Amino acid sequence: MEALRLQNLKKSFGGLPAIADVSLTVAAGERRLIIGPNGAGKTTLFNLLTGDLSRDAGSIELFGAEVGRLATHRRVHLGLARTYQIITLFPQDTLEHNVALSLMGLSPTRWNTFGRVPQRFFADAGAVLARVGLEKAAKRPIAELAYGEKRRVEIAMALAQKPRVLLLDEPLAGLSREERGQVKSLIAAIPRETTVVMIEHDTDTALDMADRITVLHYGRVIVEGTRAEVVADPKTREVYLGH
Amino acid sequence: MRIANLTHGALFMLGAYIGVSVMRYIPNLWVAALVAGLAVAAFGGLLERLILRKLGGNVFGQVLVTLGVSFIIADACLLGWGGDPIPIQTPAILQAPVRMAGFVFPAYRLAVVVIAVVVAILLYLLMERTRLGAMIRAGVDDPQMASAVGIPVSRLFTTVFCLGAALAGAGGVIGGPIMSAYPGLDADMLPLALIVVILGGVGSLLGAFAGAFITGFVYTFGVALLPDLAYVILFLPMILVIAFRPRGLFGKFAA
Amino acid sequence: MRWIVALVLAAALPLVAGEYYINLASQIVIFAVFAASINLLLGYGGLPTLGHAAYLGVGAYVSALLQLKLHYANWLAAPIAVAATTAMGCAFGLIALRATGLGFLMLTLALSQVLWGTAYRWVSMTDGDNGLRGLARPTPFGLDLNQAMPFYYFALIIGVLSIWMMARFVASPFGVTLKGARDQPRRMSALGYDVWLIRWITFIYASFWGAVSGLLFVYYHKYIHPVSLSLANSAEGLLAVIAGGSGTLAGPLVGAAIVLLLKNWVSAYIERWNMLLGFVFVLIVVFMPEGVVPGFHRLWKRFVSKT
Repeated sequence: MEALRLQNLKKSFGGLPAIADVSLTVAAGERRLIIGPNGAGKTTLFNLLTGDLSRDAGSIELFGAEVGRLATHRRVHLGLARTYQIITLFPQDTLEHNVALSLMGLSPTRWNTFGRVPQRFFADAGAVLARVGLEKAAKRPIAELAYGEKRRVEIAMALAQKPRVLLLDEPLAGLSREERGQVKSLIAAIPRETTVVMIEHDTDTALDMADRITVLHYGRVIVEGTRAEVVADPKTREVYLGH
Repeated sequence: MRIANLTHGALFMLGAYIGVSVMRYIPNLWVAALVAGLAVAAFGGLLERLILRKLGGNVFGQVLVTLGVSFIIADACLLGWGGDPIPIQTPAILQAPVRMAGFVFPAYRLAVVVIAVVVAILLYLLMERTRLGAMIRAGVDDPQMASAVGIPVSRLFTTVFCLGAALAGAGGVIGGPIMSAYPGLDADMLPLALIVVILGGVGSLLGAFAGAFITGFVYTFGVALLPDLAYVILFLPMILVIAFRPRGLFGKFAA
Repeated sequence: MRWIVALVLAAALPLVAGEYYINLASQIVIFAVFAASINLLLGYGGLPTLGHAAYLGVGAYVSALLQLKLHYANWLAAPIAVAATTAMGCAFGLIALRATGLGFLMLTLALSQVLWGTAYRWVSMTDGDNGLRGLARPTPFGLDLNQAMPFYYFALIIGVLSIWMMARFVASPFGVTLKGARDQPRRMSALGYDVWLIRWITFIYASFWGAVSGLLFVYYHKYIHPVSLSLANSAEGLLAVIAGGSGTLAGPLVGAAIVLLLKNWVSAYIERWNMLLGFVFVLIVVFMPEGVVPGFHRLWKRFVSKT
């Protein structure tokens, strides 16, 4: 069963086709990297996958279910999770609070209008934070964290929901070399129950994180294959000419 | 201009009252309209420069401030001109009814329609066909970029605001023979202005015109058929349109 | 805790104050419930509303009409009035939430204006500008509430209950998600939250408490007039929230007291309350945008640190 199947996906803004025609398939458990120069449509593609943008044409299937018409939160309930290029967490709240919020997103407790937030959410949040080595900072506000730590919290929050497909939007952006190493090992440690699709601009670092690589250019898939295949393909070099 | 402005009804009323005072000395409606337009424009300019300028993208702040200013104007008018409605004389040449295609129309109301159409066309030409209009539109779309290429965004914004205020003020006088000047005129005019803009769509002159037309039409018929529920009918088109199309009929984005 | 002290002081008030002040206190309680219901939307939901007087007004009018035209007793009319107003809140919420930000604000204003204008014009139902008069206060357990003190305690009990319920609401898991949706709606969607539904439920809840404040209002005044549905009335409620600060539960309560006391004190000297209201709005927005209470707090801290 394929984790993700896109067929003839199209999206334009005004007259500008951001996604001209994209079809791709990601197998369950796969690690897929999507690269391409600026403006290739990578983030637009992610926005279409999560439902932040509505598609003009084409289909999006998550484990065989057509989700193109569903609102974002419904897709999350079907097992989709995402991190964003620009970290937007709740800066004044503690790490614990942020992660607990993530855990509650799939729980019926979120509709409770009378009681208190059950303690177990905070306990579970602590466990999630421990997995990324940040349990000591659990009670500190997000604003006090370094950028790399915030990035790890964000990924932890997405993983806390045990998603079937995780979309990582430039997870290494803005990180120092050491932080990049930490995030890379974090991503490498993600269990194979979760399929990971990643956008990365820093191709040098990202290329060895993926099983297969898709190269986007002007909203189309130009090259797709294993790392060796993509690196050898002349079209890839063309796209990155002058890079 | 993407400013949330709730003073417009009050500016209309202020113009009407200023027109009343002017006409006590110069009994000419058009002169009064001109003077009122200029006076209200000046007031609008002060408002924009001194207060609204500071509220940048703070939409809620703009709403509160303009709401507050509208209260101030309304009570000031009450203090200055008293609580009784003051009629405004229709200009003599337009007092007689006009016969057209077998129907009889009051000449003044026809004149108002003509004026409205002319103003709408002039505004459209200004915004779409002149360099000034292009600069204004650029300034609204991207103030920083426009500023960077040398467009005096700040001065333009004040100018546009003054223009809007002037039209409201003059409109108050021109509408005078039909509506008179009375306390509560602002509360009666504001929803009309809001409906027209929301129904027609923010940022579109054509939308404003279409909105006004539809609203006026529906309201006039509705009031004749169901006078008790006149107010509901007034807002109904807007509510229905928003429910199905948050952008309004011709709007560029949802308000 | 501060809340207990405040409650004790409030309960002890009639023992030391005269009838005028007890009545004033009743009005403050009623206005506080109104302001708190607005703050559910404004402060906690991030949804500024200009039309909340609609719920106060409709709750009051339905109760009054049931009493006058159908001769319902208050204990029967009250739940019907609240239910009807809340149902209206459901419908209005569906319409207003088609937009966000300014559009939402304008829609709440428009919907409230429809009711305001209708209250004036539907003379056969509402007697228009005359308002509905000759209403009777409820008689819970046979008690007569026509005196200042018993009514005050009645209002206080209901007021405390209302505020307590609203406090539970904002502290609940739902309340946490509401605040999240206010701050980062896109992130909340990405975490699986139905932001629209969260807002709609809050809207309905706020209209419910608005209706409750409307009942207290019509019981106190024994009279209802279209002006209670006006933009000015919604604006006063808004002012109470802004004056006290929209970030906390206590803010609107303090703000309600400030606004009513101001109104009462000022009307002895100035006839034009609306103009003063307008000036206050402008001053607050320009000088103390975070609210009067936090603003004074900030100025006080600066003053104290300098001396």
